[in-house]
Amino acid sequence: DFNERCAQCSEVNWGLTDGGRFYCRSCHNVIERTREIINADFASNARVQTISRGLSKEENNDGGCEWYVCEGFQLVLKKQAEALETLGVCPQMKDEILCNFWRHYLQKTKQAYCKRPVGEPIKALSVCDSSTDVDSDPGRPSLLHLLSLSESEGDLQTDCSFASSTSRISESTSVCSGSVDGSLYLLKNQKDKLRMTMPMTLSFCYMALLWLREPMTLSDLLRFVVEGHIPYLNVFQLFPEKMKLCGLDLKIFCVESWPLYEEVYSKMLELAAFLDLPRFPDITESCFLHPDMLCMKYLMEANLPDELHTWTCRVVKKTCIGEADFLTLLPGNKSTRKVKYDVLAVAVIVVVLKLLFLLDDHYEWLLSDFAEEQNKNNTEGGPYFEFKKWYEVIKCSLDVKQKKLDEERAKYLWRCEMPLFYSAKNKSRIFKRRQMVVNLQNQFGKLSGSVQPAEKPSPSCFQLTWSEENTDGSCFHRHSLKGILQEKCGLLKAMNPDYWLCTVKLCTEKSCGHLAHYKEVDFPQSYHFVLRLFSFLLRIQPSYIHDEVCAIEHKLFNKKLSKTPKYNTVIRK
Amino acid sequence: SSQEPKLNFKKSKEVCLSYIQDAMLQKQWKRAAEFLSFYVESLEKDFSKEYVNPSEIIWRVGTEILCHCSNGSMREFNSFIEQMKTFGVKRYLKVCLEHAFHLLCNGQIDDAYQNLSLAESWRYGEQTAIQDKEMKLIQAYRGLLDYYSWSKQKNILLDHGLDEFENLSVEQEMHSYFRKAAVNLKEIIKIPGVWDLFVKCYVDLLEFYGDHNEAHQVLTEYAYNSKFPANPNAHVYLYQFLKRHGESKKSLISVLKILHDLVPSHELMIDFNTMLQKSKKRKRCRLGLEVIFAVLDYAGWKENVKAWSCLARQVKQIAIAEKHVDWIKQEWNSRKDWWPAFHFTHYLAKQNWKESESLSYEKALVAGILLGKDCKYFKYVSHQGCKAQVKRFRILKKFVNKHNPVYLRIS
Repeated sequence: DFNERCAQCSEVNWGLTDGGRFYCRSCHNVIERTREIINADFASNARVQTISRGLSKEENNDGGCEWYVCEGFQLVLKKQAEALETLGVCPQMKDEILCNFWRHYLQKTKQAYCKRPVGEPIKALSVCDSSTDVDSDPGRPSLLHLLSLSESEGDLQTDCSFASSTSRISESTSVCSGSVDGSLYLLKNQKDKLRMTMPMTLSFCYMALLWLREPMTLSDLLRFVVEGHIPYLNVFQLFPEKMKLCGLDLKIFCVESWPLYEEVYSKMLELAAFLDLPRFPDITESCFLHPDMLCMKYLMEANLPDELHTWTCRVVKKTCIGEADFLTLLPGNKSTRKVKYDVLAVAVIVVVLKLLFLLDDHYEWLLSDFAEEQNKNNTEGGPYFEFKKWYEVIKCSLDVKQKKLDEERAKYLWRCEMPLFYSAKNKSRIFKRRQMVVNLQNQFGKLSGSVQPAEKPSPSCFQLTWSEENTDGSCFHRHSLKGILQEKCGLLKAMNPDYWLCTVKLCTEKSCGHLAHYKEVDFPQSYHFVLRLFSFLLRIQPSYIHDEVCAIEHKLFNKKLSKTPKYNTVIRK
Repeated sequence: SSQEPKLNFKKSKEVCLSYIQDAMLQKQWKRAAEFLSFYVESLEKDFSKEYVNPSEIIWRVGTEILCHCSNGSMREFNSFIEQMKTFGVKRYLKVCLEHAFHLLCNGQIDDAYQNLSLAESWRYGEQTAIQDKEMKLIQAYRGLLDYYSWSKQKNILLDHGLDEFENLSVEQEMHSYFRKAAVNLKEIIKIPGVWDLFVKCYVDLLEFYGDHNEAHQVLTEYAYNSKFPANPNAHVYLYQFLKRHGESKKSLISVLKILHDLVPSHELMIDFNTMLQKSKKRKRCRLGLEVIFAVLDYAGWKENVKAWSCLARQVKQIAIAEKHVDWIKQEWNSRKDWWPAFHFTHYLAKQNWKESESLSYEKALVAGILLGKDCKYFKYVSHQGCKAQVKRFRILKKFVNKHNPVYLRIS
């Protein structure tokens, strides 16, 4: 095979060392060249075949098989889709949509479904060639450097000990990761080609849900993830026995934080653009994600009168945010602002509340007193809505729920039964530690007298429910807005003549990422309360809702804004 | 409360820890235990960069909770501590030491001894050298327990209730405990620190076996070595030792002088003053006056009859002899602004008279001399005393009237 002359003795008499390197039989000169070079073509094709065939049946000595990182992610997506199906999503999502998206992604990123994965063999070689001293070449990141890539806190470094190793590709990967290409995966430049991560699996799911216009918002999805209904944390527990996870795989598949709404959402947009997807199916009035529908849902959940729905529809109509063109996702289009359906809907409700109640910490209470007076004389028909009563009921429930949520957050368990270790060296230490942790958990769990952690709450779209049957009058759905409306020329108008804008001028999202900057102290407490309520329901920061409120206000009062002087933020309707 | 920016492992454990702390501060031990059970998985990820890492937190918090929560079950506690020992080599000896303390506090002396012995034999590479201080402490406490055993044997011996043979074996045991204790106690007190208990025990041993020189040496080192932190007790021990062995007044006084500088309000100051007053040397008398005035600067001595009687005696002496009145003047100068309100108000006069005639007598004497016969305190008390026809008050009144010039001289 190899016919070059030896540099030292000029002979052509090559043998192979145990490490796979060529050495000269005459003078025992060992060179850098390894056997891998010869097998390059074979390796790349084998990869493609492996993926389409499913998991490779090859067995390693420890009972594992060879698997690639993207196979791992494929499995994760499959499990997530199955969970969604259990939650009621149509099977089409798993069998067709998600599948296709994923295959398309693999193709585009040249991990599979193409003639030859670009760059793979060459990169493989470079790991090989860095023979004895992994850190020697400044151009190639050392194995330790690999560990510091990706966003986690760098703590996995403490457990990894990587001596310089003679590196055949399979040797090095069996030390560094259970998967075949774990180290290469992390080596890849993060910026290009949308490298797959765990949060991105949720972006995929959401994208598929959106395509099918399933009645699940992104905030719902993320909540189900945190509540454990959708595999995410410790998802590798669902991998088959043969897919051994260790070393750098943990960096890839092991999550140590809950993903943020913004993160998942923006990745979804990137993904949609990257995959060159066409315009998504239209969001029309009959869709769950349409603001008219979502407003209804959130009004119910917030225990607000059904009558407010008329108002939300009016706002939606006036601002044209109910149009299919506005609502439907057109990937790659950078000019239009992308719609977050859940945030949009709650923002509309907030605007409506401001329209009717002003929410300046003064007027709403006046109106409430007025309604209370009227209620005393009002014997027939339903009661009038009193802001004060609603506030008390909601505050009570919200505080209780928030407190519960905070405690749950303090009690998250991030580790699972299956211990993770980075190399065989650490195995016993990790197991010992795990055992100790379990012992301590039992000891103190018993002391606390608490029962084992409760069953997962059954998944529900609604976190707050209010029943008409409650005789204590804590359900406000049927309450009438008559107390705060007045008739004028046959039309029902709000008694409140004023409105205050959250901000006179919108920021450009491109420069600071927000339309406005929310600080609790700058705004009325009632406004903050309302934001807090929806912030809890959606599990996002109040500032995101505030941004959306600003955007809607500016659309709503477009004309008036161009007339009024800039420093006057109170508007006469 | 709004959602944290990104809820990750580290953050959620921090939050969990804050719940534990809150529960502990409110003594809600079961709740603390509950949250601790969720916190312990942070062991699987060691923040060795942090100042206090999870394993130390878990050890300390867990100990506290078990103390309050486990209904006195030592077994639970012990099993917990054993786990803490196996995890955290850098802290091994510290955990052993605190475990021993806990056992001692629960009266399990034998267990504590065993623990300490076991810990003493621990070797772990370079950690042994690093944890040298803890090792010394462990040896010292084991030495202390040896002393305790020695003491028990000694008492048995001294009871004279045993026959010849039994006596011998007890004696032998006693000596062996002595040897073990002495070795360790001697070591620890070499290191600068506060070792009151160890010093006392060691000196006790030495005295019993008649090695007074060594004892004296030890106590002197302990009191005078500048490397050791200033410790009033060291001087007290030295003083007591010297007194026991009939040392000269001069040496006693020099020790007590330092104690006076360190703790002017120390109870030994009364003895000190008495000693100084008896002396014929002028300097010592002068010092005596300084000492007793200093004692009465402190609120704790306000109603102490003995202290006042010491001061009264000296003041009386000076007044009668009409010599060294300037001493009183010197002492009184810095006190005349505040002592009247501190000791000699009309209210106090009434109170003192009601509670203790002797106290009011002594104070009245002092007040009369320092503040003159017209001062509130003296007037009230002497009036009351004369009204009650107590002889000495009449004498007192005459005395103060006679020596009023003293007041005039010092004011």
